[in-house]
Amino acid sequence: MGFTKLSIDSIFSKNSFVQKNEYDFTIALAGNPNVGKSTVFNALTGMHQHTGNWPGKTVSNATGFCKYKDKDFLLVDIPGTYSLMSNSEEEEIARDYICFGNPTLTVVVVDATCLERNLNLVYQIFEITKNVIVCVNLLDEAEKKGIKINLNKLSNELGVPVVGTIASKPKTLRKLLDTIYNVCTGSIIPEPRTVVYSSVIEKCLNTLKKNLNYSRLFVKMDLFKIVR
Amino acid sequence: MKILTLDKLPLNITAKIYSLNCDEILRRRLLDLGLIDGTKITPIFNSPFRNPIAYKIRSSTIALRKEDVKDITCIIGD
Amino acid sequence: MLDDNNKIIENIKNSLNLNTDEISLYNKIQEVKDILLENGITTLNLKNNIISSIILRSEEISSKVSNSSDSNKNIKDIKIDKILTSKKFGIPIMLCFLGLIFWLTITGANYPSKLLSNFFSNIEIQLLKLFDFINSPSWLTGLFIDGAFKTLGWIVSVMLPPMAIFFPLFTMLEDLGYLPRIAFNLDKYFKKSGCSGKQSLTMCMGFGCNAAGVTGARIIDSSREKLLSILTNSFVPCNGKFPFLICISSILIGSFFTNKFTSILSAFLVLCLIVFGIFMTLIISKILSKTVLKGVPSSFILELPPYRKPQMSKIIVRSIFDRTLFVLGRAILVAVPAGIVIWLFSNVSINDISILSYIANFLNPFAKLIGLDGYILTAFILGIPANEIVLPILLMGYMNAGTLVGLEDYSTIGTILFQNGWTVITFINVMIFSLLHFPCATTILTIKKETNSWKWALLSFALPTICRYFSLSNYEFYIFFMSLLLKL
Repeated sequence: MGFTKLSIDSIFSKNSFVQKNEYDFTIALAGNPNVGKSTVFNALTGMHQHTGNWPGKTVSNATGFCKYKDKDFLLVDIPGTYSLMSNSEEEEIARDYICFGNPTLTVVVVDATCLERNLNLVYQIFEITKNVIVCVNLLDEAEKKGIKINLNKLSNELGVPVVGTIASKPKTLRKLLDTIYNVCTGSIIPEPRTVVYSSVIEKCLNTLKKNLNYSRLFVKMDLFKIVR
Repeated sequence: MKILTLDKLPLNITAKIYSLNCDEILRRRLLDLGLIDGTKITPIFNSPFRNPIAYKIRSSTIALRKEDVKDITCIIGD
Repeated sequence: MLDDNNKIIENIKNSLNLNTDEISLYNKIQEVKDILLENGITTLNLKNNIISSIILRSEEISSKVSNSSDSNKNIKDIKIDKILTSKKFGIPIMLCFLGLIFWLTITGANYPSKLLSNFFSNIEIQLLKLFDFINSPSWLTGLFIDGAFKTLGWIVSVMLPPMAIFFPLFTMLEDLGYLPRIAFNLDKYFKKSGCSGKQSLTMCMGFGCNAAGVTGARIIDSSREKLLSILTNSFVPCNGKFPFLICISSILIGSFFTNKFTSILSAFLVLCLIVFGIFMTLIISKILSKTVLKGVPSSFILELPPYRKPQMSKIIVRSIFDRTLFVLGRAILVAVPAGIVIWLFSNVSINDISILSYIANFLNPFAKLIGLDGYILTAFILGIPANEIVLPILLMGYMNAGTLVGLEDYSTIGTILFQNGWTVITFINVMIFSLLHFPCATTILTIKKETNSWKWALLSFALPTICRYFSLSNYEFYIFFMSLLLKL
């Protein structure tokens, strides 16, 4: 039932890489399917992209605009993916955007009710970019299920800012905007603590990294794509 | 301790994944969902035709077809 | 694999302005690969190794920062799921939900339709006075009022109410999280037809708009199954065909019974048509996957999200503003010029026969083959830009003088149709044809864009029509159809 003006616009728009000259910062919104990413997007941009309760609702990048304090932000809602390494079309769109769309900052929306699986994606994004904010969404539902999350501790463990939100309550998003603003303007610098792999892999990654000067995930992706 | 294929696992019994012998694409997808050796998995309900089956994996509900999970083995008990 | 890989390298080079040529890049990677192999790490191991490290780390952190009250937290959801996907009730509940939605749409749409129609005929009277006042020639009055304005009024009063009721109701099911359960329930049938259970999700999107359903097919990973889902999407009536089906079935049922069961029976008839559409989808998918798109079903993984309480106020506002008005706007954009063209066609005569009659007469033999008449076929062909305008065009064609009557209620339309020789068989044929006819222009273009080939777009155009042809001209098809049903 995705028939809205937006969805039709996106059918006919040629590419998903948006002109961003007119904006101060570009923010990518990534996350697993069905974590309320589009709801966060709508709440931030005041737009009305339709949200549905099923995985795969958003199949192409939607863009929105948002002004906070003195800065203009362009928000890009990326299709929900479980990972960046698989080979479906939506995951490719997501990966390509984070890799090559050069967003200033990537907000990873995670589901508080199944944090374990969601962190998987967070770590993969850490391999591509340093500027990451983790937004723990659906805190209200987690609470209903008796799940409590220590956000400060999570932030320490990950090394990046962590914000808790309830997307249906716009007030909780103010903190997110604040954090986005602070990271973009450089007053907070995220230092993601990436996963340490086995010593052999780390050694190989370093060899490639030294020689080619590109980020680790590419090396990883290439390792198991080219090696084939 | 008992090793059996995932499609034989009865409803509401939790087992640990022992090995993922399925084809590459499926394995990749399962890995994305956080399914690795040792991950807990519980079949929780059937579809009207007993296939696919819904499994609880890392606190989310995932539907998988019987013929897809017959190459996955799991362990019950310690 | 190699293609994909080249693309990535290309992208990397572009985005980082690397001077390294591909050969040295490959060499470097080859070097690393050798080191890995020396240490007994193959591609497969490597992937597992990396992912496992990430997953284990995630597990560790998550257990550190959250309390793991693992038990009993999803009990309520599981209980609901056990009912909604049970062997006994799963499918019946699904049909009931759909039937209920249709029934609410049909009963709810009647009254506002009349209201809107009255509203438009009032405006029309005022407009007529205005045209009189400025002494406009009769052709101009005809063109604008009988052609453009009446078609517009028709579209709004016939299409708006069903859409304004159907969209929010369906969105509610969607927000509740019920759609993935439909896919879960029906997966076995789709698997037997060689396609993915996720195709039911794209079909649900097709109810809103086939073009959106086609784009939505991206959620299907296997390219073969994606194509199947794209090609068969137009078997689901989109919002353009849907009010038409409702209208026609209400008229048909209304001509037999005029009691309180009329709307229930109409809803049931629409439900039957939808189910027929689903069967056609399955059969065509099966045929395609045995012929043009050979292959075995790939794996199927679908997350069943937790149920969420839909936010009613938001749903109503959004579906009215984003969908209903937008869809209506599109319909009006097509309807006004179409109204003008049709008016011209039916009022400009050569040798005392209107152009429309010429076209209809020309198409008549083809139409007769599939149990329709020339006017019906003409209306469907002219409706290619937007399926919404089929009914107004049809009625205008029948009332050769080119003026539409006001819409008192569905029985008025019924009278016109019966006067033009429609029988119960015609009604059924028209309904089946509207279910199984070529997709609209937007959908065809979208298919072209998604599949990157005109071949598939053209096939999608031809497919329903061919099915339609066979399903009536050939009784063997019915036998074939039934045997396939039994097989499933």
